[in-house]
Amino acid sequence: MAYNDSEVFPTQVKILIAGGFGVGKTTFVGAASEIEPLNTEELITAASIGVDSLSGIEEKTTTTVALDFGRITIEQHGIVLYLFGTPGQERFWFMWDELSAGALGAIVLADTRRLDACFEAVDFFESRGIHFLVAVNEFDGSFHYDPEEVRAALELHPRVPIVLCDARDGASTTAALRSLIQHLLTAVPSPS
Amino acid sequence: MNMPAAGDDEVWLDDDAGPLIRPYTVSAGRTRPTVDLDLLSLMIATAKTPKGMDPEHHKALGLCRTPTSVAEVSAHMRLPVAVTKVLLADLVDCEAMATRAPRSTSGATDRVLLEKLLDGLQRF
Repeated sequence: MAYNDSEVFPTQVKILIAGGFGVGKTTFVGAASEIEPLNTEELITAASIGVDSLSGIEEKTTTTVALDFGRITIEQHGIVLYLFGTPGQERFWFMWDELSAGALGAIVLADTRRLDACFEAVDFFESRGIHFLVAVNEFDGSFHYDPEEVRAALELHPRVPIVLCDARDGASTTAALRSLIQHLLTAVPSPS
Repeated sequence: MNMPAAGDDEVWLDDDAGPLIRPYTVSAGRTRPTVDLDLLSLMIATAKTPKGMDPEHHKALGLCRTPTSVAEVSAHMRLPVAVTKVLLADLVDCEAMATRAPRSTSGATDRVLLEKLLDGLQRF
């Protein structure tokens, strides 16, 4: 049985919230989401690293990664936007391919106290050609950097927007999402 | 020794070991769903209620009275995504559930979609 009625099924889109471990991804998802963030587990099978390739035996390991996600329903346009927090631990980087498939774009959350924690996310999205912006999460008491200092530290391309945000605040996180959509629109050719 | 009776919704947890019932028990050891499902595939219960369903199937149907994503069903059932997909595929196979795959493209180059999103997000 197939339902193809767009009246029944809304259009679903997803945006990834990435960044290093403990940078505030779950907080961001929770502040922007209309529902309490949900948590689930994805089981991943991956070839273990360090196995001698000459042996011809690929050892597989299965691991579990926790996924946090929330959603924003835009009822008047029949769109449901999902926000997925990417697993921050380095050993789960291979998970991102599956998560990023079909994503509109990404927000890389950065903590100015340890900017290096988001290098990996920046590299990942750059190499996959996924549009993203960097949102500097302004924690209480964190040192305030000029956005251009952050750009220089992360070696970001001039076209990658940098915004300031408070991951605890719904209005601030929604503003960051709007900035991302505006950034995506600049990459789409205007209708002639 | 009297064991307290567990309610239907109660999840038996051991602080260290996690759920006492291994997740794959409910999918009878299967890890591959018979229908290709994505985290964002939308599921909706049809009017059919096949006989011989497990409690987990009933619970999944109950969660999908309105279109609900695989990710949300998984979170509400407290089962890993892979196990949830197997259960949902069972229900699609017996026509108790219908599904619609998410769009094949991301929509990142769909100006109309992006403008609608922007408009929707202005109202928050």
